[in-house]
Amino acid sequence: MSADGRIFVKGNEAVSMGAIDAGLKGYFGYPITPQNEIPEYMSLHLPKAGGAFVQAESEMAAINMVLGAAATGARAMTSSSSPGVSLMQESFSYMATSETPCVVVNMMRGGPGLGDINTSQGDYYQATRGGGHGDYRTPVLAPSTCQEAYDLTREAFDIAFRFRTPVMILGDAILGQMKEPITRGVPRPADPAESADWGLSGAKGREQRIFRSLFLAEGVLTAVNQRLRAKFEAMASLARCETFMTEDAELVVVSFGSIARIVKSSIRKLRARGLKVGLLRPITLFPFPAEAVAAVARQGKRLLTIEHNMGQMVDDVRLAVCGIADSAFHGTLSGTIPTPDEYEAAIEAALTGGSK
Amino acid sequence: MSETLAFTRTPSVAETPTHYCPGCQHGVAHRMVAEYLDAENLAEKTIMVTSIGCSVFLYNYLRFDSVEAPHGRAPATATGVKRVSPDKVVFTYQGDGDLASIGMAEIMHAANRGERITVVFVNNTVYGMTGGQMAPTTLVGQKTTTSPAGRCASTEGAPFRMAEIVAGLGGVAFSARVALNNVKHLAQARKAIRRAFEVQLAGQGMGFVELLATCPTNWKMTPVQANEHIEAAIIPTFPLGVFKDIAKNAGAC
Amino acid sequence: MSRIVLDEERCKGCLLCTVVCPKNILRQSSRMNAQGYKVAECAPELAEECTGCTACAQMCPDLAIVVWRTVKAKEASR
Repeated sequence: MSADGRIFVKGNEAVSMGAIDAGLKGYFGYPITPQNEIPEYMSLHLPKAGGAFVQAESEMAAINMVLGAAATGARAMTSSSSPGVSLMQESFSYMATSETPCVVVNMMRGGPGLGDINTSQGDYYQATRGGGHGDYRTPVLAPSTCQEAYDLTREAFDIAFRFRTPVMILGDAILGQMKEPITRGVPRPADPAESADWGLSGAKGREQRIFRSLFLAEGVLTAVNQRLRAKFEAMASLARCETFMTEDAELVVVSFGSIARIVKSSIRKLRARGLKVGLLRPITLFPFPAEAVAAVARQGKRLLTIEHNMGQMVDDVRLAVCGIADSAFHGTLSGTIPTPDEYEAAIEAALTGGSK
Repeated sequence: MSETLAFTRTPSVAETPTHYCPGCQHGVAHRMVAEYLDAENLAEKTIMVTSIGCSVFLYNYLRFDSVEAPHGRAPATATGVKRVSPDKVVFTYQGDGDLASIGMAEIMHAANRGERITVVFVNNTVYGMTGGQMAPTTLVGQKTTTSPAGRCASTEGAPFRMAEIVAGLGGVAFSARVALNNVKHLAQARKAIRRAFEVQLAGQGMGFVELLATCPTNWKMTPVQANEHIEAAIIPTFPLGVFKDIAKNAGAC
Repeated sequence: MSRIVLDEERCKGCLLCTVVCPKNILRQSSRMNAQGYKVAECAPELAEECTGCTACAQMCPDLAIVVWRTVKAKEASR
């Protein structure tokens, strides 16, 4: 630890520290690269902090252990990477429906399929469209620095309990593996009140409580879905983004996560050359900060979406500016690690190549 | 002369009639669990993990706090409940398709870890809810909707004997198989259910009880015929007995 | 005399109670309940043979049977 209290940690460790400081009571996970530092950190530190660590037999078991722990009102989480997160999707759907709060970390890796263990943003659709079967959404937070990984993981638990929903931290191999200084906050004291009126504790002096997602009686599922829809709409208040040098920009790049950091480097280089470009970085991917993106478009600035995939978030950007403007797109693909130079060239081409 | 109530519904069983078919012994199985928990004053600290299959609506019939696990995952969900609430009494209630097919990994690992939970496993040798398909416990030769010529051991395998398999794992403190087809067997079942919870309460490991039960509808039998079939055909494949009881193992930790 | 009270609306007519009664006093009645099941009954002419053993109630999957046991005065005082 440095004199100013900062510690030098990997993104995966920052996530783990954020969760423990948020009052984590149960971590359940299964090894997969590039997120193994999370279960490793948890196995050592969570029991000391009064929580339970279990290495599950599979990702399916891990997420369903989270379900059980979370149903008691405990703060619970799992972490994985792309293929493992696919295996958990059934339970995200169950938990969104039964309104079971939890935090899930996806440190994305290259895909599709087994892909590779390098970075990717290929799971944007899966993360922001619910991911599992059925009609639901879960909040998705996309940190781009280790400090933000710590802060957003802490906050993710508050969001999960406020809305009684699974919340995803969508990072990637770069974020998980890079090391940066962070400042840890004060651990949050336990708050039994946050689950007092719904957590399972044994039906003592009250009616039984049931976490369920099966509703066969006439009209009941519709009522459940109406309630869920109202909740998903209310989540719009969470929308958040960072803007960087957008004020006088002629072109604004929309990019998220660790890729947005590379884009930031490119923008600095372009600015040094006198080109007026800026960055809008969505911090919440669901809800998508559509208003902020639309506001940029209304100012007449051109848009370029840069992602490390074939074009997923660009759909949300285009929906946000529909009828006002369009967004160009530049995608780098899983299997390569993008460089500031490549993005610099793409941004410059978009800026000088006329409007799109 | 004085008249006393010799048998009535135990308080943890809801008044709601079940959706089960006539003669289905799920009603007997979960009633006996509730009777034990009520008798021991444990109902108010019990958390039940339900599963997928005919017993999917169990939370409508038993008044315990409940969480519905996805198909096969109940032992994992129960692990999560128990690890953060070690003072609660936690049990899963699962059928043969749920526990011995899709959920085979979860039951094996929860048992091997010695999760302090009780697993109530109802084996009726078919997938009941979906219409009588072949189950992991279907008898060799038994006709089902997906084994119309009868289960063939050389291509579809022989039935899993879960009570014996589970008994072989280190984390298991008690494992037994009982039947629900006559009064004598019901008494054995009651005792086995009690032991399966006692080992949890004592922190000794997993308690596992397999209950052989009828599925008259999918066996295409009357309830009385199905009940006779338990003795004639099911028990010969699935022998009754206690396969492990840690209390009888000297030196067990 | 011990006795059973059979809730005919809960009964699904499975007749498992009839096969475990040690006195063979349970049988299928000719009555249908609202669910359409032909319900079990205790034969009225044999009802007094009921010992209150609870076998029928234990076997019943549907909790349709409540058992009342009467202990004779001299037995009770023993």
